[in-house]
Amino acid sequence: MADSMAQPAPQDGETRRDFLQLVAGSFAAVGVGAIAWPFISSMNPARDTLAVSTTDIDLKPIAAGSAITVVWRGKPVFVRNRTEEEVKAARSVPLSELQDPQPDQARVKKDQWLVVIGICTHLGCIPLGQKPTDQRGPFGGWFCPCHGSAYDTSGRIRQGPAPTNLAVPSYAFTSDTQIRIG
Amino acid sequence: MAIGLHKSEFKNPVIRWVDARLPVFTMVQKEYGTFPTPRNFNYFWNFGALALVNLLIMMATGIFLAMNYTAHTGLAFDSVERIMRDVNYGWLLRYAHANGASMFFIVVYIHIFRNLYYGSYKAPRELLFMLGVVIFLLMMATAFMGYVLPWGQMSFWGATVITNLFSAIPFVGESIVTWLWGGFSVDNPTLNRFYSLHYLMPFLILGVVFLHVATLHITGSNNPLGIDPKGPQDTVPFHPYYTAKDSVGLVVYFIVFAVLVFFFPNVLGHADNYIPANPLVTPPHIVPEWYFLPFYAILRAVPDKLGGVVLMFGSIAILFVLPWLDTSPVRSMRFRPLARPFFIVWCVAFLVLLYVGGKPPEEPFVTIARVCTAYYFLYFLVILPLLGRLERPLPLPESIARPVLRGGGPLPAGAMSKPMEKA
Amino acid sequence: MPAFRSLRALVLGLGLMAGATPALAAGEGVSLPDTRFSFDGLFGHFDRASAQRGFQVYKEVCSGCHSMHLLSYRNLRQLGLSEAEVAGIAATVQVMDGPNDEGQMVERPGRASDRFKSPFPNEQAARAANNGAYPPDLSVITKAREGGADYIHALLMGYGDPPAGMQIADGMHYNKYFAGHQIAMPAPISSDGQVEYHDGTRATVDQMVTDVTQFLTWAAEPELEERKAMGVKIIIFLTILGGLAYAVKRKVWRDVH
Repeated sequence: MADSMAQPAPQDGETRRDFLQLVAGSFAAVGVGAIAWPFISSMNPARDTLAVSTTDIDLKPIAAGSAITVVWRGKPVFVRNRTEEEVKAARSVPLSELQDPQPDQARVKKDQWLVVIGICTHLGCIPLGQKPTDQRGPFGGWFCPCHGSAYDTSGRIRQGPAPTNLAVPSYAFTSDTQIRIG
Repeated sequence: MAIGLHKSEFKNPVIRWVDARLPVFTMVQKEYGTFPTPRNFNYFWNFGALALVNLLIMMATGIFLAMNYTAHTGLAFDSVERIMRDVNYGWLLRYAHANGASMFFIVVYIHIFRNLYYGSYKAPRELLFMLGVVIFLLMMATAFMGYVLPWGQMSFWGATVITNLFSAIPFVGESIVTWLWGGFSVDNPTLNRFYSLHYLMPFLILGVVFLHVATLHITGSNNPLGIDPKGPQDTVPFHPYYTAKDSVGLVVYFIVFAVLVFFFPNVLGHADNYIPANPLVTPPHIVPEWYFLPFYAILRAVPDKLGGVVLMFGSIAILFVLPWLDTSPVRSMRFRPLARPFFIVWCVAFLVLLYVGGKPPEEPFVTIARVCTAYYFLYFLVILPLLGRLERPLPLPESIARPVLRGGGPLPAGAMSKPMEKA
Repeated sequence: MPAFRSLRALVLGLGLMAGATPALAAGEGVSLPDTRFSFDGLFGHFDRASAQRGFQVYKEVCSGCHSMHLLSYRNLRQLGLSEAEVAGIAATVQVMDGPNDEGQMVERPGRASDRFKSPFPNEQAARAANNGAYPPDLSVITKAREGGADYIHALLMGYGDPPAGMQIADGMHYNKYFAGHQIAMPAPISSDGQVEYHDGTRATVDQMVTDVTQFLTWAAEPELEERKAMGVKIIIFLTILGGLAYAVKRKVWRDVH
């Protein structure tokens, strides 16, 4: 008996013990897995962060041809009051020339107002083009100084390494001169 | 050790490749697989493993809480409540962390009780024991600083009272307290440094735990009989015997933990700590967390400021010399007919101190605290040294396995508990 | 077996420690009547209709002096209010926001994401308006008082005439359950029908006190239902796991014992 102690258990008990251990082990593994979830989940946005996710913007002070930057969810949103020429320029481009084909009409709710998230879709820099003195790039929209992506007056990528157009956030006109983002 | 690749005995080529270069698999196999462990542990021997698991739970929940906590006097309280309300499962993390501290002390107190009862502190495990006392001290410091972080009334006044203990030091006391505070009262600098240290110290504890376990694996474990294993018949490999046994204890531990966290999350805390800190108003009854109460009672038992502080720290410092105060060669109290009742009285005195520590400093609690404090020290300084000479221990069993071997077959349950009758 | 003897000692020790703790909690004074609430017990849950009425009591009675700055209007969704109702409630207050593009602070109607508006801008203003007493914030009040919901309920019901011979200081009021029995707050809920409930429930004093206690407990522990439900599941799971672990341990040790 003393010898058997240091050895694995006798043969007849073997399968039953293996099975038990398997069940107990799987149970414990499920438990450990389940308890990992609260930890992972706690790093997702908290309820107060999710709650404060709308921003109201008054459009009245934005003159034709100029733009403002507002913060939504900690990100810049470009709101541009486009001139007729700019709208025309955006709409006259054949879709086949675009890297990420999308008609201008699908990117705006009212022709003159373009609302896009002002983050270059390449690696997250903020493109230039908001201030009148900024360089706007060869397509009259925005130009990202980090790696040279150029966007047109519809915020679509026309040149450079960025893969997609500037994203359009979900927003709605709450009145003729006011929009709510989020 | 010779230079060159380790000769690994693992079959899996990847494990073998790593093991040859860094023999961690061999080490784990040796220390937690085949490690020869006395075969007669009772469930008290679960508590070391439980304490390690508890430390890891505290570190995990703490790291995730830190992602949402703000260490600023104006924001800390609300940031903790934001964790409770808005962070996904934040309430679970915080309640697990707060009650985890209590669980940690319950586990460690039982671990220390087991150590004292079975004489595990005696040669050759003195250093192992002293490292354990270091862990205990670090734990207390960590717990104290952690309790300050929610910046409630008890946080603030606990921090004020405990840091003021250092003002009892002659000449430099006041300067030390100012240095601890980083100002002229417990304030934002204090909160910031406590947060920093509270985050750091668990890693120090983990380091000392590693040394504690390393020391344990040099001497091997003590056991309920307090006699050394005489050969392979006295031991079993750690795995699967003690991994299985520890698992049972672990689940029971988790059940107790879960009952606290999910059904009584605030029962061990204090309501006043849900009132934001107010430096102008001290709550009528200020008490530390329950796990500090025995030492708090010792502090208050002494009418002199410096004396109280010295005795309070002395009550833990005395443990460092315990292996030399107890001169009896017999480890387990099972074979010490005189020491055993004295020790049980000591345990009762400790629990009574815990009780009166939470009571207002008035009669009869002051007298009770003084009597218990006196006995606390008497036991270590007088009773144990004397008993080492005067006591006639019961005859020890020849070996751990002997009662079983002599029976020559399966014995009825309970045979192992009375080895002295067999010997 | 020694193991069982040891376990018994352990349980005894834990019991002693646990016994010591409530003792610290019990202050001097009168013992609180034990009130039954829907959120008590293992399967406790909030009575949403009662908590909604309690919110109405808070809004119409308490909020004149007591802030609840940790709550947001959006939290009321949890009590079963619709998004539109919450937006409506939030819009009834004016919230200071800004600065706007001209650098001015502006008032705007509240939104669901705003915190409950506090009646006073700061503690000094609150004290000045209340005879020097500071009406505490009620966000976590049931956690911040020994006795919790029982205490709040008892306190609100505890007003009355002082016993013969007791001197009540100027501007103070007798309360059976308040520490020292003299409280600066006059009986806030004192007559039937003080609040006209939207749902037609008869607003007796006891009903209003019960409702507002329900509301305050929810406010302090909004996670209570989720916590208890999760606890029941986890303990069932652990009990099964414990059985399995013990069976494995028995099997492993069979040849040694």
